[in-house]
Amino acid sequence: MADKTPLLSVRELKKTYSSANGPVEAIGSITFDVFPGELVCIVGPSGCGKTTLLKCLSGLLSPTSGSVQLEGTEVTAPPKKMAVVFQEYGRSLYPWLTVEDNVGLPLKARGVAKAERSRTIERALVEVGLENARHKYPWQLSGGMQQRVAIARAVAYEPEVLIMDEPFAAVDAQTRADLEDLVRRVWKDLGVTVLFVTHDIDESVYLGERVLMLSNSPTSIQEDLAIDLPDERDQLSTRALPRFTELRTHVYEQIQRAKRGEVPSAV
Amino acid sequence: MSVALPRDLRTRPSSGLRFLASVGFAVGLPILLVLGWYLATQGSSSLYFPSPERVIDALTGSWLTSATMSKHVVPSLVRFVVGVLLSIVIGIVAGTVIGATPWLRALLEPMLEFFRAIPPVVLVPVLMLLLGIDDTMKLAVIVSGSVWPVLLNTVEGVRGMDPVLTDTSRSFRIRGALKYRYFVLPAASPQIMAGVRLCLSIGLILMVISEMFAASSGLGYQIVYFQRQYMIPEMWGGILLLGTVGVIVAAIFQLVERRVLHWYHGSREVARG
Repeated sequence: MADKTPLLSVRELKKTYSSANGPVEAIGSITFDVFPGELVCIVGPSGCGKTTLLKCLSGLLSPTSGSVQLEGTEVTAPPKKMAVVFQEYGRSLYPWLTVEDNVGLPLKARGVAKAERSRTIERALVEVGLENARHKYPWQLSGGMQQRVAIARAVAYEPEVLIMDEPFAAVDAQTRADLEDLVRRVWKDLGVTVLFVTHDIDESVYLGERVLMLSNSPTSIQEDLAIDLPDERDQLSTRALPRFTELRTHVYEQIQRAKRGEVPSAV
Repeated sequence: MSVALPRDLRTRPSSGLRFLASVGFAVGLPILLVLGWYLATQGSSSLYFPSPERVIDALTGSWLTSATMSKHVVPSLVRFVVGVLLSIVIGIVAGTVIGATPWLRALLEPMLEFFRAIPPVVLVPVLMLLLGIDDTMKLAVIVSGSVWPVLLNTVEGVRGMDPVLTDTSRSFRIRGALKYRYFVLPAASPQIMAGVRLCLSIGLILMVISEMFAASSGLGYQIVYFQRQYMIPEMWGGILLLGTVGVIVAAIFQLVERRVLHWYHGSREVARG
């Protein structure tokens, strides 16, 4: 991968919030690259600034110092080629719009003509298995289905980078497994680059081609680990592989070290 | 358990029955009240509390005639409708601008509270001096009182937007007119509608009050006129008419509100389970 040019390039990113008790350093210094077509999971202990990092990457928050570049262009506002799926599906869909209109609104904002919009919506909903919910309202759907709508909206937006912020933290285990497989499928079908933020170690190893482990706050990269699991993943057989267990144990230990504030160690 | 409580109406299977029952609940109490009024005034000769028949006679004889309707009632209602629509439009537009602009909000909010606290009635003489005694003054009185709930509720609604939905709209680059049409205004609409509900009742009161000073026509003027002439059944007839207008306005509001906020009621019902 080293010979390719990175799609997303993060350099010495630092974010400090000012609070009543003086400045709080949320992100110390983070540097990493994401290459085209990768599926990178970012995992870290809770409260380590994952959401802050993600907001800086997606242009929703400006970093205190350092830079985020998408295809060599500095990210200062939400870029066209990026879509975000948020954790709180119940609050990221417009409750006054139908599923179809939720998926279609970003396309409308981009000036996509009605007929084409309708086709794109249809394709995206088929992709996430919601073609029958087109005219429903989000609140008429279960949590897992609502998150599928959010994924369909991101897919229909045809981004180059898809950023997902702990998207399955609030759904039940069974739905979660289904949605994980959905993310893998969308990633393969569309050739999109995915950045998946999670606090779930198993999830990060199961999903990712690469796992970035974050340290405790002030956050830096604890380790950048390539996941050498077979390309075809399956909830039962992949998770039963000895290599899966090894990687999982390794990530787990690193996160524990990160929590204690120890320096990173090699694999 | 044979007692029919309103709660049970929701679970009744037949929609026809349910409709009849809800109509029954809506008109039951008014019928009882009129019946009580009728019984209480039988054989009474009180000047101030005439029987329902006499009031109905006065209503049909002095109010529901084409002359009174065209001279007094219709112009009043037109002023009410125009005044309230102006309040709603001004309130929503100004409220959206103020709510979406933090420095403007900080600048104006204390002053808005001050103006809202002034009872519009005390402004009538001032407005009369400034605007004369024609329709403009009456509209100004209606707007000066009924614009506040819409305006302040819109400010609150626009300001209190869900941060996740705001981030969503930003990251999908939903901007300009589209942002207001599909995000900001719908998000604020439950609060805006609550403001509109208040605006309607205040507007109706101010419509009457604006006609009580230096006026020669209008529903409010005519009621006061009958009162001063000791034409008490006619006065009550006007009050009855005013109440009926209020009920009709509330019913229209409810119809509109259900359409506009169907998603809000629907999602809340789901959340309650």
